[in-house]
Amino acid sequence: MGERPPFEVYIHVPFCLRRCGYCDFNTYTATDLGGGASRKHYADLAIREMELSKAWQESRGIVEPAISSIFFGGGTPTILPPDDLGRMVRAARDLWGLEDGAEITTEANPDTVDAAYLETLIQDGFTRVSFGMQSAVPHVLKTLDRTHTPANVTANVETARALGLEASVDLIYGTPGESLADWRTSLEAAIDLGVDHVSAYALTLEPTTKMGRAVATGRMPRPNDDDEAAMYELADDLLTGAGLDWYEISNWARPGHECRHNLGYWRNVDWAGIGPGAHSHYLSVEAEPVKAGSTCEDGTGESALSPGFRRTLPVEGREHVLPESQGKGDADLPSPFKMNSYPLDPWWQQSVPGAEGLTRASIRSWDIRHPRAWASTMLRGLIPWQGAETLTSSQDLEETVMLRLRMREGLDLEKLETRTGFRPSPGTIDDLINQGLIHTDGSRIVATRQGRLLNDLVIERILESIDA
Amino acid sequence: MEHVKNQPGFTDQSLIRNFCIIAHIDHGKSTVADRILQLSGIVPQREMHDRFLDRMDIEQERGITIKSQAVRLPWVKDGTEYTLGMIDTPGHVDFTYEVSRALEACEGAVLLVDATQGIEAQTLSNLYMALDDDLTIIPVLNKIDLPSAEPDKHAEEIANLIGCDLDQVLRVSGKTGEGVHELVDRIVEEVPPPQGDPKAPARALIFDSVYDSYRGIVTYIRMMDGELKTRRKIRMMSLGTVHDPIELGVISPDMIPTKALGAGEVGYVITGVKDVSQSKVGDTVTDEARPADEPLPGYQDPQPMVYSGLFPIDNAQFPELRDALDKLKLNDAALVYEPETSVALGFGFRCGFLGLLHMEIVTERLSREFDMDLIATAPNVTYQVTMEDGTELLVKNPSEFPEGKVKKITEPVVNADIITPKEFIGSVMELCQDHRGQMGTMEYLSPDRVEMHYTMPLAEIVFDFFDQLKSRTKGYASLDYQSAGSRSADLVKVDILIQGEKIDAFSAIVHKDKAYSYGVMMTKKLRRLIPRQQFEIPIQAAIGSRIIARETISALRKDVLAKCYGGDITRKRKLLEKQKAGKKRMKMLGHVQVPQEAFIAALSTEQATDRDTKDKIRAAAKKEG
Repeated sequence: MGERPPFEVYIHVPFCLRRCGYCDFNTYTATDLGGGASRKHYADLAIREMELSKAWQESRGIVEPAISSIFFGGGTPTILPPDDLGRMVRAARDLWGLEDGAEITTEANPDTVDAAYLETLIQDGFTRVSFGMQSAVPHVLKTLDRTHTPANVTANVETARALGLEASVDLIYGTPGESLADWRTSLEAAIDLGVDHVSAYALTLEPTTKMGRAVATGRMPRPNDDDEAAMYELADDLLTGAGLDWYEISNWARPGHECRHNLGYWRNVDWAGIGPGAHSHYLSVEAEPVKAGSTCEDGTGESALSPGFRRTLPVEGREHVLPESQGKGDADLPSPFKMNSYPLDPWWQQSVPGAEGLTRASIRSWDIRHPRAWASTMLRGLIPWQGAETLTSSQDLEETVMLRLRMREGLDLEKLETRTGFRPSPGTIDDLINQGLIHTDGSRIVATRQGRLLNDLVIERILESIDA
Repeated sequence: MEHVKNQPGFTDQSLIRNFCIIAHIDHGKSTVADRILQLSGIVPQREMHDRFLDRMDIEQERGITIKSQAVRLPWVKDGTEYTLGMIDTPGHVDFTYEVSRALEACEGAVLLVDATQGIEAQTLSNLYMALDDDLTIIPVLNKIDLPSAEPDKHAEEIANLIGCDLDQVLRVSGKTGEGVHELVDRIVEEVPPPQGDPKAPARALIFDSVYDSYRGIVTYIRMMDGELKTRRKIRMMSLGTVHDPIELGVISPDMIPTKALGAGEVGYVITGVKDVSQSKVGDTVTDEARPADEPLPGYQDPQPMVYSGLFPIDNAQFPELRDALDKLKLNDAALVYEPETSVALGFGFRCGFLGLLHMEIVTERLSREFDMDLIATAPNVTYQVTMEDGTELLVKNPSEFPEGKVKKITEPVVNADIITPKEFIGSVMELCQDHRGQMGTMEYLSPDRVEMHYTMPLAEIVFDFFDQLKSRTKGYASLDYQSAGSRSADLVKVDILIQGEKIDAFSAIVHKDKAYSYGVMMTKKLRRLIPRQQFEIPIQAAIGSRIIARETISALRKDVLAKCYGGDITRKRKLLEKQKAGKKRMKMLGHVQVPQEAFIAALSTEQATDRDTKDKIRAAAKKEG
């Protein structure tokens, strides 16, 4: 038996007080979505899914190490009472164990927390809070439909830090009507908070949102990529100047304060996604594992993994999606937590996996998006996945290239070659260096600032040269 | 079906009536032809489908007849069985030569005019051709069932044109069948029977030939003199080739093999040859054992008027394109092509067409029947270029345009006839002047319709003239043109440069006065069509080394997605895979990636309407002074 890569748990909380005009996340403002899927019962449902996940892992021969990080995202996790969050953490710990010094983060809307709330979180083992600050400029916040005032954020961040919690703030740039000066104001406000971690995201216009429609019909100006590039550069200048270094395209931190949970995503570790619409990932048994707790500087210290860890057969590139209706049945089956499955269930849902269920390949799965359907599927004792896919080795390779190139630790060409047998052509690497898009760092290639802005181009070139 | 007495090969000429129908597109020729077939009894009711004669998919969809067909049908009048040869003719100007051959095969023509529209320019020129051939004309107004029909008005127009009485103009409805029986009776009465010499050596006119993938070439012939029999070798007189006919027959309406075809009859011959160029429209077929001395008059090789480069989007498809063209050529003797290499587009073929419609039909058939993804370069005509040193060359392609001192360039011109309601005279004149037309005469066909005559460069017509004419006259005007030699003109070649590199596919030979507008429009269009890349891309238009227009695509600064957490990873990978597939459709011009769509869109015609374009054209022209 070999050692699995670090194991993380993501818990999605699909509730918000109100829907922001730019947001297309899987979240709902209703308190009760039917079929037991209510805010009140949410912690119970999430805990039930953890149990189903654990049972699923065991049925596939996956034995995960103790959890290295837990992340509550949303939605607005802090819309739930703090004790609900605590219960979920405890349940996860009881199922998988919790590493010493594990990172436990929740996203927080500055409107929904106060000192008492934060204190409860600490008691439950939380180490980190990520505040959705978005902007420090009132007209920008208004365009984003955010109700908090900049003062809220200051108070909460100060409290959190005083209590010993790591604090991070999220910022959004490129909001329609936001000037470069507005953006500078927000950045400076974030820096003045003294946080050790800042995420800055370009506003992604989703066509199905209120803002997306407003832009499509011309009621709001379309965010401009060139302006956003200038804003990114300003962010990078100011944050770096304040001692926060970039470690991923949209993330800056003082050394040692990187978000370990998110680093896990980019290093392709295992994680169980809990909650409607959450994604899970299980690394291929051949793929390289990543040691827990490694920082971005020595980010890829790994140990060899003995093959055959899972009871496996090499089956690749399958994808099965559960029709939405199947999850909606109001089956009143008893015996929850038990895998009741049928011969016609997709491979990942069979309680006793067939040949294809025992794949060696990396697996990605995604939960049913609607909370009610999600909850009722669990009532039938089934893991509430909408679908799952196994990744072919070339998809695995694509993901590795695309994720690593977003990170400061970069893409290690030698490791890539050892693991996949592929190496980008020297000509392409030289081209990209000459165009100022990447630089090398030992056997790694790392995107320059221009290469971060044109990251898709860099990824495309690298993959092309591997293809050819 | 009744028993037919007159057997092919044994039908007396006095019982034969060969006729065609001259009509404009949409004037209902096929519907009337269908009615005639139906009334004759050779097509059972249940097998009738609309437009029985138009066999190709494109013909059915577009409602136009490309290749003519010939049907033999019985018609009993006053107790006598007659044999009618109905020859369907193409209605479009591009196929004038084919029309003229079809007319040659007949003694009479039904002039079919839409009673709601009146006669159109192409119909008129076909009518004149028929009159020149001394065909008996039977004037008919169709669609009299429509509420908007104005039969009295248009009957007068026709009566004036052909010099007949008003009541001689028949009124029919192909749709309801009204008047069609009378029409056929009139054909039998008025169209003279063929006057060939049944005893003379065989002479048969080829008026069409089509390629059938099962049977090879099917050659449609009209027996003029003598007879042809199966199992006797035939000779194509212009080519001098000799073939064994596998089958002789008539179409009624299916192919019916016969032992012989006699003087005056219309039928087909199959030789097993696979190439239409072995069976040229206009050629004379004779009996090898007893050949005629003289071929029938009037044969000519089809002359392509318009050239365009056809390039497979995926260059690996070049051999398939060659095969496809070879196959089309079997079916379309007028199509000519030779290999061409473009720096921008790779390997392809420079193709010659009879006209724009011919070009459209060929490209459409290539994509539909052969599944080819093609880029067609802007159509152009041929230029005769004389250099200062006296050397002359023929330019069929802007890339062949010589560097160095040009003394003279001549371009083909045409006589264009335009029929339009009189309220559009002004805008038609304006349009023709814009296209370097010289006005000739103008005649009133009726109090409210005129025919205008212009001489204009063919190059002006092949681009977008017809569309503009239609839009300026709300669709009422019609156009016909005939080649009228060539004349010298002040022409220049405009090159388009992307990042300083000349892109041959976008070069054009245009009149000096139009060079600026071409340059400005093309550079603007390309700026819109080429996606931003990580460096700045200048797009310039130049005459020789002189830049006349410039646009710049600014460098792309940001393409990255902001977030990439749990669920974003799958989404991003799928996006990447999609982009990768999209990139396969990009052409690399130097370092610049240009989507295939850009070539197609840039080469399509379009009017400059926006303010900025007009300002830039004016500024460029002014700078020139």
